[in-house]
Amino acid sequence: MLKLNHLVKTYATQKAVDDISFSVKKGCIFGLLGPNGAGKSSLLRMVTGITMPDSGEIIFNNEPFLLSKHSVQIGYMPEERGLYKKMKISEQAMYLAQLKGLSRSEAQTKINYWFKRLDMQNWENKKVEDLSKGMSQKLQFVLTVVHDPKLLILDEPFSGLDPLNSEIIKNEIFELAKNGSTIIFSTHRMEQVEEICEEIILINKGKSILQGDVKSIKEQFKLNHFKLVINNELIGFEHHIISKKGNEYILHFNNQDDANAVLNYCIQQQIKISCFQELLPSLNEIFINQVEGSAARQFTNN
Amino acid sequence: MNKTWLIIKREYWTRVKKKTFLITTLLLPILVAGLIALVSYLAVKSEQKQLIVIQDESGFFINKIDSTDEFYKTIYSQPKANESKKDFLERKHADIFLHILPFKNNHPDSVIIYKEGGVSLSAKSFISNELDKIYQIKQMQDAGINKVQIDSINNSAMAIKSYDLENNKETSSEIAMAMGYSMGFLMYIIIFIYGAGVMRGVMEEKTNRIAEVIISSVKPFQLMMGKILGIGLVGLTQFIIWLSLMGFMFLVSQIVSPQMNAAMHSPIMQNSEMQQQALEQMNGEFNPMIQNLLHQNWGLIIGAFLFYFLGGYFIYAAMFAAVGSLVNEDPQEAQQLTLPVSLPIIFGIIILQATIKDPNSPLSIFGSLFPLTSPIVMLGRIPYGVPTWQLISSILLLIGGFILMTWISAKIYRTGILMYGKKPTLKEIIKWIRNS
Repeated sequence: MLKLNHLVKTYATQKAVDDISFSVKKGCIFGLLGPNGAGKSSLLRMVTGITMPDSGEIIFNNEPFLLSKHSVQIGYMPEERGLYKKMKISEQAMYLAQLKGLSRSEAQTKINYWFKRLDMQNWENKKVEDLSKGMSQKLQFVLTVVHDPKLLILDEPFSGLDPLNSEIIKNEIFELAKNGSTIIFSTHRMEQVEEICEEIILINKGKSILQGDVKSIKEQFKLNHFKLVINNELIGFEHHIISKKGNEYILHFNNQDDANAVLNYCIQQQIKISCFQELLPSLNEIFINQVEGSAARQFTNN
Repeated sequence: MNKTWLIIKREYWTRVKKKTFLITTLLLPILVAGLIALVSYLAVKSEQKQLIVIQDESGFFINKIDSTDEFYKTIYSQPKANESKKDFLERKHADIFLHILPFKNNHPDSVIIYKEGGVSLSAKSFISNELDKIYQIKQMQDAGINKVQIDSINNSAMAIKSYDLENNKETSSEIAMAMGYSMGFLMYIIIFIYGAGVMRGVMEEKTNRIAEVIISSVKPFQLMMGKILGIGLVGLTQFIIWLSLMGFMFLVSQIVSPQMNAAMHSPIMQNSEMQQQALEQMNGEFNPMIQNLLHQNWGLIIGAFLFYFLGGYFIYAAMFAAVGSLVNEDPQEAQQLTLPVSLPIIFGIIILQATIKDPNSPLSIFGSLFPLTSPIVMLGRIPYGVPTWQLISSILLLIGGFILMTWISAKIYRTGILMYGKKPTLKEIIKWIRNS
């Protein structure tokens, strides 16, 4: 669906995007992660055709990307939301839909569909300045998806939304992906990524430092830690124990046999096991680990 | 093109539908008309004759000073003993006290004028003209010139008419001056109002961050041109409304004035012959002016006005758009950045002042050719007549300047509109222009 080959973008003083390549399959929800200032927005601006890469190429549906040709198939919701404050919501929706190439009647049908779906029908004659922050966020989402884009690019779509509306938007995103839209989802909120994305790329200082699907990344970074909760002391395995809190142990095993040995011991001693679980690192931990590893601290000092 | 059209439509309709558009469009002519009425009312009011009380100790000027002047009446009197000049003026209900001291050796010695708050220039020149004239006649009489000869000398003012060599039509420098000045000034206002409108529109899109959404669907150039064209159309609409209002008022006055004429000729009015005479005199004075107005080459004037309106608007709107794209949320920044754009407009209006006095000076010719000032200066020159080669070069230069300016502005705009935070330096801006 979308393929980026060795993209480079340099602004006056720094390389905002430095040789990044990745590809996104059709119907996939793809997470673009990175700390503030990592180059996420610069990257997205190139994918949406707002800026041109200095070098490298973007392949959209097996064709070189062309704004005039492909902009109709892309929906972009920038991190900094923007709407005309003084324009009526219905007029604004019509205008943006028509700019995306819909005819008046098509646009009207789509707008009605989405407004009804997200329970916004009585908004039409309001102006954006009358909406709350969360409401205008919801409106912006609708305006982004109103023309059925094949590729949906969402930059921090949940910021400013309450849990209820977040849930609604999240379900819409799943629904869109199920119906074949490809979604690139940029954020630094890891718990959302874990929940939503199938594949991710982690960038820092313009460089890709990690990419792949979420499960295998977790496998790759697992520390072979296990949690064991029993109703007795665990004796004889001291070199495996990392920490102990009451009867809750965090253990480290180099291989599966060690783990089985512990379990065997418990069974033989008739110790009651209430929990035995492999601890996979959260993306959050991986993220912090990786970013710190590449000295992201400098960003916050700047 | 289709998308540019959508943008034009939005820019146009959101502005025209606003209440403020309706209010300014209707209110401005009323305001201007009211202002003109107020100024002429005040002018008429201040035309009340001023009374000059004259104490002539020389005895030479008594009853000789013109008493039929529009602005000054004269009486002859002298203060009582011990009466202050102020009390004297008050007693006589006069405004000015003219004290002529006795002659010394048959020559005028001193003339002193007293007035509360100082003497105006026109009062002083009226008095000095009158006194000089009277004394000159005496001198001529002393030199042996008789009364008839003196009268013929004094009435020998010549009537001067001026003709344009090209079409042999009578010209009037007064009317050319008034027209040139008002058209040049109108251009100045238009450029500022609508140019600044473009800048505000761009700033709004940038600070609202909607620019990014729109630029993911259309090219920055389309967005910029759509805005410029849309606001230009708003300006044109406003003009057409004003023109039709003026036309409507003209029609109304045409319908009403015959009735007024009829009223004037009614029996009651006919009695007063004075009034009749005054009316005829007025017609006699106004007819040549109207004739002259009709003689103006209106096709050229209207055509030129439209062309320079569009050219001037476009060239400055492009610059204002670029400025708007550079501004962050700080309005002070906007003011700073507007300065380089405003300067040529102000130069234009300065050159216009000189042009009105001397339409063919090198400065005027330069000003009417240079694309950033020509919309203002050339309009000032046109009523005087402009050589064809200059008009054509000015038009070509303006078109060229507009294309160049739009090209440069588009480059600044498309980078500036997406840059937030720090204000770019001049060096960076030049790099944007070169690098894309």
